[in-house]
Amino acid sequence: MAITFTLNGKPQTVDVSPDMPLLWVLRDTLNMTGTKFGCGMALCGACTVHINGEATRSCITMVSSVAGKNITTIEGLSLDGTHPVQEAWVAEDVPQCGYCQSGQIMSAVALLAKKSNPTDADIDEAMSGNICRCGTYQRIRKAIHRAATAGPAKTNSAA
Amino acid sequence: MTTAPVLQRREFLKTAAVGSAALIVGFHLPSSAFADSSLDSSEDQEKKPVNPFNAWVRITPDNQVTLILGKSEMGQGIMTALPMILAEELSLDWTKVKIDQAPTDPTIYDHGTGGSGSIAGSWLPLRQAGAAAREMLITAAAQRWNVLRETCKAQDGGVLHGARKQFFTYGELATDAAKLPVPDLHTVPLKSSADFTIVGRDQVRVEARRKTTGAAKYGIDARPANLQYAVIARCPVFGGKAAKFDATKAKAVPGVRDVIAIDAVALGAFTTGGVVVIADNSWAAMQGRRALAITWDEGPHATESSAALHQQFVDHASKPGKVVRNEGDANSVLAAAPKKIEAVYELPFAAHACMEPMNCTVHIRPDGAEAWIPTQAPQWAQDVIAQISKLPPESVKVHTTLMGGGFGRRYQADFVVEAAQVAKATGKPVMVLWTREDDMQHDFYRPASYHRLQGAVDAQGNLAAWKHFQTSTSIAAVWEKNGLEKPEQSEFGTAAFIPYRTPNYRVEYTLAQSGVPRAWWRSVEHSSGGFVVESFVDELAHAAGADPVAFRLKLLGDPRVIPDFGSTESRPLNTARLQGVLKLAAEKAAWGTPLPQGVARGIATYYSFESYTAAVAEVSVKNGQVNVQRIVYAVDCGRPINPDGVVAQVESAAIYGLSALLHDAITINKGRVEQSNFNDYAMPRINETPKIEVHVVRSTEDPTGIGEPGLPVIAPAVCNAIFALTGKRLRRLPIAAADLA
Repeated sequence: MAITFTLNGKPQTVDVSPDMPLLWVLRDTLNMTGTKFGCGMALCGACTVHINGEATRSCITMVSSVAGKNITTIEGLSLDGTHPVQEAWVAEDVPQCGYCQSGQIMSAVALLAKKSNPTDADIDEAMSGNICRCGTYQRIRKAIHRAATAGPAKTNSAA
Repeated sequence: MTTAPVLQRREFLKTAAVGSAALIVGFHLPSSAFADSSLDSSEDQEKKPVNPFNAWVRITPDNQVTLILGKSEMGQGIMTALPMILAEELSLDWTKVKIDQAPTDPTIYDHGTGGSGSIAGSWLPLRQAGAAAREMLITAAAQRWNVLRETCKAQDGGVLHGARKQFFTYGELATDAAKLPVPDLHTVPLKSSADFTIVGRDQVRVEARRKTTGAAKYGIDARPANLQYAVIARCPVFGGKAAKFDATKAKAVPGVRDVIAIDAVALGAFTTGGVVVIADNSWAAMQGRRALAITWDEGPHATESSAALHQQFVDHASKPGKVVRNEGDANSVLAAAPKKIEAVYELPFAAHACMEPMNCTVHIRPDGAEAWIPTQAPQWAQDVIAQISKLPPESVKVHTTLMGGGFGRRYQADFVVEAAQVAKATGKPVMVLWTREDDMQHDFYRPASYHRLQGAVDAQGNLAAWKHFQTSTSIAAVWEKNGLEKPEQSEFGTAAFIPYRTPNYRVEYTLAQSGVPRAWWRSVEHSSGGFVVESFVDELAHAAGADPVAFRLKLLGDPRVIPDFGSTESRPLNTARLQGVLKLAAEKAAWGTPLPQGVARGIATYYSFESYTAAVAEVSVKNGQVNVQRIVYAVDCGRPINPDGVVAQVESAAIYGLSALLHDAITINKGRVEQSNFNDYAMPRINETPKIEVHVVRSTEDPTGIGEPGLPVIAPAVCNAIFALTGKRLRRLPIAAADLA
């Protein structure tokens, strides 16, 4: 079944089973592997993307439900990897294994879009759906505060 | 007697080489592939004068320097730290170097990455390699200028001739330099540490940026052309297999291409075999697996349970065990002691739960094979693919990818064996992908263990006797050649060699039987040893009415060096360094000063992987919930290569240790794991993260491991704090609300 949505600012049509989760459409059909598989049950946040600007777990989002919607993945967050959150992540040397960090960053960007200067409690609330087995949480917290004080993002999508 | 984990893991590889024929079950392969291959080349690496321009440094005429990484990056920062050592000796501009993963070549590299051993094992060889390359470049420049080489020196990525102020870039010299004789690595001059400009300074990890853009490629991201995706239905009971299956409905799922059966294999790597669903994409493969109808033959372990294992532990602990160490007469002293302390500690199986589930992509052609593997043991992976494909190992090209966590789990080759079996059957590129449930229920778990400690303190506050009985589901019993005769060798580590002085010391062990697979989990036996020893020392301190810091310092006594501590091959333990971190952590945490109402401190100190750690935890308890507010660490891992990388590893080990302390237990019922995903095997999230401070000793000793040593002190530091706050002594992990009530 052909389904059309906007992916990182460009129209995208896929012909897949309508119940296939968006995660696997991105990873296996479109070979966009920046969005990660962690649990398949929306328990870890590794698969987080933005759907119409909302941080969403793509592993439980049927692709049919995103028809006509605006999807941003980690690959589309900025033109050249210099979104303030990405820059803050590098500056604080946040990633270790790095596997969860696409999801962490997408959750953090969505948080900052709603609260430009979040408190620690805001961060706990917005980020507690994202597991990091390497335990980089302390640096994630610092990086979010750092990004909050940086300028606006250069973006190629309507995230 | 007890070997260090790094040696166990290396020893195991040798064992696998020797013992593979005996271990093959239901799968007939020549045993020669293992026997022929050199799986442990660490000794060779030092002996053979490998040309550094073939092994470690590539320099193109345009002066691009590429440093070669012979270990696997799993988050521990080795992709940054090891090239830093090379770059230092070569006086390179660190911001301009590129880093490439080494090809799988056991004649040059010891690829195995584990046991917190990469830095300790590579420090000298990489300095020597970098220095040899530098000296060769200097010689090439001197020859071209026709001047004495003593008038030339390496500087800023080139060679400078002082008198004439002439400069060649390395790019201009490399072709000539690579043809020169390789200097004797044992006498090649090493850079003075006073001149270091890269080593010892904080460097952001080299792959940080691509780990923020989605560009970093993990094993699960391999996408060779025409890739198929496979998931495997494995018997939920350990040791079981598919008796029969009906794939009719699975094959009807859109996108499913085939369903095949694979056998269990024990090529050193142990797999369960199962029914494989091969599809155009991961989702179709998973849907196909749900549609399989399988009758399992559950095998000999179908009645195993955690309750029965606990009873086995209790029964074993009621009888003497095998004597592992015996100095003085602990039994008599304990029997006569006016005040004897006795306590029982218990830890469950624990899963690694790497964020990237196990996966492996293999393409086997008639003339060769290619594989993309997130592996801590690339050579072992290469060997099992060679065995299964019946190709020579050198025809198996392994791409060692980034790993979404390793923690010991990815030292295994079980997932590689499975992928090779499927690839052999299909002849097409195929990824075997594990779901989270597969990963949780078919791990090689941290052993479950049970410890009975007895101790006595005399009137002077000295440790009169110490006795440690342990029973556990030993790792060695599975993996070591002599593991059934010496199952204890993997279970104590330095817990069998406590640094606290006592004239009467006894360690006993009894193997507990279990069908649950187990192996190396972050910090291996030290995760239990640290908890047990450092909790019990705290119990003795309180029994003696002593301050826990002062008590430990007293028992450590005058500074001394203990050879063969934990292993005959490890560096001796220097008690002054242990006292150093203990005092530093106490000082930085303001030990002994008042805290707010409802908050208390606990401390622990431990030696593992040749590194020294201490931690102070500040803890509050509310409604049966433990809140770890702050952890102050002091660590001494010798000279820190990338100090902020050391800090990051300790922060990471703290959270991994908290996970085991607060949440993680793998429990068994009817022979199968009861947990399946992050809902029932929870781990700390950002809202449970304490403030973690890490103080790194700026030592000039040779560097030692830091990926694991931060972990063992966490559970005892927190539990000792809980005791200080509540008077409740927690001796079972993970912490149960009932034990706090």
